[in-house]
Amino acid sequence: MAAAESTPNAGEYILHHLTFLSNKTPHGIVDFSVINLDSVFFAVLLAVAFGGSFYLAARKATAGVPGKFQNFVELVVEFVDNQVKDSFHGTSKVIAPLALTIFCWVFLFNAMDLLPVDLLPGLARGAGIEHLKVVPSTDINVTFGMSLTVFILIIYYSIKMKGLGGFIKELTLQPFSSKNVAVQALLVPINLLLELVTLFARPVSLALRLFGNLYAGEMIFLLLALLTLSSGFGGLLTVGGWLGVIAQTVLGLLWAIFHILVITLQAFIFMVLTVVYLAMANEHH
Amino acid sequence: MNINLTLIVQMLVFIILIWFTMKFVWPFILGAMEERSKKIAQGLAAADKGEQSLAQARERAEVIVREARERAIQIIDNAQHRANDLVEQAKGAASTEGQRLVAAAQQQIELDSSRARESLRREVAQIAVQAASKLLEREIDPKAHADLISKLATQI
Repeated sequence: MAAAESTPNAGEYILHHLTFLSNKTPHGIVDFSVINLDSVFFAVLLAVAFGGSFYLAARKATAGVPGKFQNFVELVVEFVDNQVKDSFHGTSKVIAPLALTIFCWVFLFNAMDLLPVDLLPGLARGAGIEHLKVVPSTDINVTFGMSLTVFILIIYYSIKMKGLGGFIKELTLQPFSSKNVAVQALLVPINLLLELVTLFARPVSLALRLFGNLYAGEMIFLLLALLTLSSGFGGLLTVGGWLGVIAQTVLGLLWAIFHILVITLQAFIFMVLTVVYLAMANEHH
Repeated sequence: MNINLTLIVQMLVFIILIWFTMKFVWPFILGAMEERSKKIAQGLAAADKGEQSLAQARERAEVIVREARERAIQIIDNAQHRANDLVEQAKGAASTEGQRLVAAAQQQIELDSSRARESLRREVAQIAVQAASKLLEREIDPKAHADLISKLATQI
């Protein structure tokens, strides 16, 4: 891409691709004065794409013969609805739309990974924007943003269904319990520790699983892009250059096809686990 | 790679999107789907019902046809009976009429013969009187012997 100027070396190229478009350079691990404009932009764009298209389908939805798009939307909705009904037996009106939102939105996030890694960043650079990360789910803020929202819902439903006392009991009186009060008192901190780890592991694992998968996927695409990085258009004059082009095309294609599975699967896993966690929060033990 | 404001913004966008889906997308699509499945169920039920009523109508029609056939046979039977009756009646009437005519004729004959016998008797009486007068060669005064003659006439 940048062959005309100075060709970056592999480390620079990858680092460049992994840098967010931020309002300023972050200092330290946590810095709430920084915002990743690219992640927010694409997240909102895809939210509008999902919300808008599904809203149009919902507004035109008829009980008669459905059109092609309504058919597609109904397919997705029915799929999500079945998943929710399988694991969640409560009466909440939030869970199913939440699951639909997660599945579609995360899928769209992940699908951005199938765009050529240099397409949008290259265009952006042409427009004077130095950095652009197009896959929101490779931003740990985005995945944690979603999983923490789910976490808040887990806490909310736990307290709503079991009461604050019931929730605290669930955290302290199991998995180890004893009839003897003194022994029980000893067991409470152990239980609390175990249960808190279990509880907090949920949002962390949700966020990190999605982030890790997509980050790794993007990284593979970047590594494949390295095959033709140094040669530029001049590489087409050499045998090695052609080999690089062919290798990148074939491997990139294979990885992209495999990645179709990954992006769908990750969206599905995020949705199903969310539903399962909320179902567990909803149930009495 | 750091945690920053994007996290908070993402949470807000996520919550708004969930709310939007819950409010404007999910109920309408699911509603349409449920309504359609209800419609289909109703259609199937109606088809079943139609089939049932068709079978019932066929049965009813068969019963009606059978009854009609039976009634037709009955009507024909009745008509035949009635015709026979009429013929019988006519026959009876004719025979009684004949008998009556015969009786009348006999009466007439009897009347005629008695009348004839009467006149014959009278004539015989006259002839007897004439014959007697001839025998006696003498005029019998019919007036003087009228009662004798009538007595004679009644004896004959």
